[in-house]
Amino acid sequence: MFVRKSKKSLSEYSTGELVMFRFRKNKLAMFGVVLLSIIVITILLAPLISSYDAVVEMNMADRFQSPNAKYLFGTDEFGRDLFARILYGGRISMFASLAVIGIAFVIGAIMGGAAGYLGGRVDTILMRAVDVLMAVPSVLLAMAIITALGNGVWKLIIALAVSQVARFARTVRASVLTLRNVEYVEAARCFGASSLKIILKHILPNGIGPIIVSATITLGQTILSISSMGYLGLGVASPTPEWGTIISENKMNIGTYPYLGLIPGICICLAVMAVNFIGDGLRDAFDPKTKN
Amino acid sequence: MSWLKYTLKRLLMLIPVIICVTFILYVILSFAPGNVAWQILGEDATQEQIAQLEAEMGLDQPLLVRYGKYMLGVCRLDFGTSWFGGEDIAKLFLGRLPFTLLVAVLSILFAVALGCPLGIGSAIKQYSLMDYGVSFVAMLLTSMPAFWLGTMCQILFCLTLKWLPVSGVGTWKHYVLPSVILGANTLASMIRMSRTSLLDVIRQDYIRTARAKGASEWKVIMHHAMRNSLIPIVTQIGITFAGVIAGAVVTENIFAIPGVGVLLINAVKARDVPIVMGTVIFVTIIVGMINLVVDIVCALIDPRIDFAS
Repeated sequence: MFVRKSKKSLSEYSTGELVMFRFRKNKLAMFGVVLLSIIVITILLAPLISSYDAVVEMNMADRFQSPNAKYLFGTDEFGRDLFARILYGGRISMFASLAVIGIAFVIGAIMGGAAGYLGGRVDTILMRAVDVLMAVPSVLLAMAIITALGNGVWKLIIALAVSQVARFARTVRASVLTLRNVEYVEAARCFGASSLKIILKHILPNGIGPIIVSATITLGQTILSISSMGYLGLGVASPTPEWGTIISENKMNIGTYPYLGLIPGICICLAVMAVNFIGDGLRDAFDPKTKN
Repeated sequence: MSWLKYTLKRLLMLIPVIICVTFILYVILSFAPGNVAWQILGEDATQEQIAQLEAEMGLDQPLLVRYGKYMLGVCRLDFGTSWFGGEDIAKLFLGRLPFTLLVAVLSILFAVALGCPLGIGSAIKQYSLMDYGVSFVAMLLTSMPAFWLGTMCQILFCLTLKWLPVSGVGTWKHYVLPSVILGANTLASMIRMSRTSLLDVIRQDYIRTARAKGASEWKVIMHHAMRNSLIPIVTQIGITFAGVIAGAVVTENIFAIPGVGVLLINAVKARDVPIVMGTVIFVTIIVGMINLVVDIVCALIDPRIDFAS
């Protein structure tokens, strides 16, 4: 247990405060927060650091420059600045991953919320649909959708989001089910609160824990999926930079110039690792019993 | 007898799921843009030729009719033919499957053989240097993209050190690196799962009872704790199988293994809808079967699980 010098007793802290307190005490999670902040701030400030011209501009005189003062991460076979490509590629990788989670979360929350709260036939139908979606491995489902839609950032986002909806729907439904009949929800219902208000004001804030944890862990996997799709040539197409696409387009030259593979790979690793540390930290903070 | 009844029931329950999956896939894939007949015939095809081919392929009929015909074919194990190559889908898939299954099974064996001892070791010596080291490696493996790890290992072990062949199939050496790369992610989840599971079991009352009876530490771990911590591990193996099959798509591409993954990727790129459709259905059936086997194995290990429920 923890000891604090403030006069508040343990029971006076809200659940949210306790979660934040446990999360802040987790060193790995805080490391993840710092690492992710650095990555996100750097890629957000990309236009200030390097112009987009450097990303696509070919400069044959400066081919295969090893990392140096002018080219921080070196250059590729067309003399393009790898640092600028990774910087702008990160914007696509991170933005697309967040969009996937956002879309999957909203649709999943509506499906799972409706199923859990309304119950009965709605629940049966929606959950059978979720079972069917879960029966197909998500990468394969995403590939089938890409076959229908074709390549492109938004198409990739839709394909991956649809393949993640079922998972979110299940998590949200489980949260709603455990909270549907607790006393404060019953009390709110007695006061005549509408279903929408009960879900948004009473159920969601109390059941959000497992959903946030699941979203964070899925975010890490989605960063990996997006770069894998890019590598396989099903996602973002060259010359638009994306972390997976950068590795794929340099595949033939990595043997001679290892920095072309090492640097983008390490960037993906760091981003995913930061997200995973935060996810694990949140899981332990929301549910200290599971911590080993 | 109860497990036979259970198996039959589960197999019957798989049928409506497969029917729904095929329907959803069929609807999704019917949105594939572009005129198929025009793509097959080439740019200089006449309007009549296109109309004739469409009629031959049944593409001029409504979606539901086409779906009904497709499903009638599926019942006769006829999954249609490739649009561009003309090969029979079932034959094509079954010819590719052994490579994928071999790599998948090898990778899971690798992950279990290495991951379980590591996880158990770090659970027994919790908070030791080894525990932290193993957890860190597991964290690293989950955060690494398989295509990157694969490409870098290929360059190091095949091109620079020349210990292993670069790509293709043939000798056992060809399967070493693909299995390890495909198993890397599973290895991480095995380490985490067996560690968590054993830590969970060690705190149970029956472990204290066994210790109180004077059983040796070895016997407590191997006899009382291990068996009970196996159930989540077996379940995890089943869950990862779907991931392994999906991961095989990437691994097979790196190492040019002529498996289902390469078949699927090429079909997605060429928009050969029947191949994509057939492959996804086959894999879904295989994954469903494996989940069934996992549930049965779990019930056999743990007498507390009842087939009737």
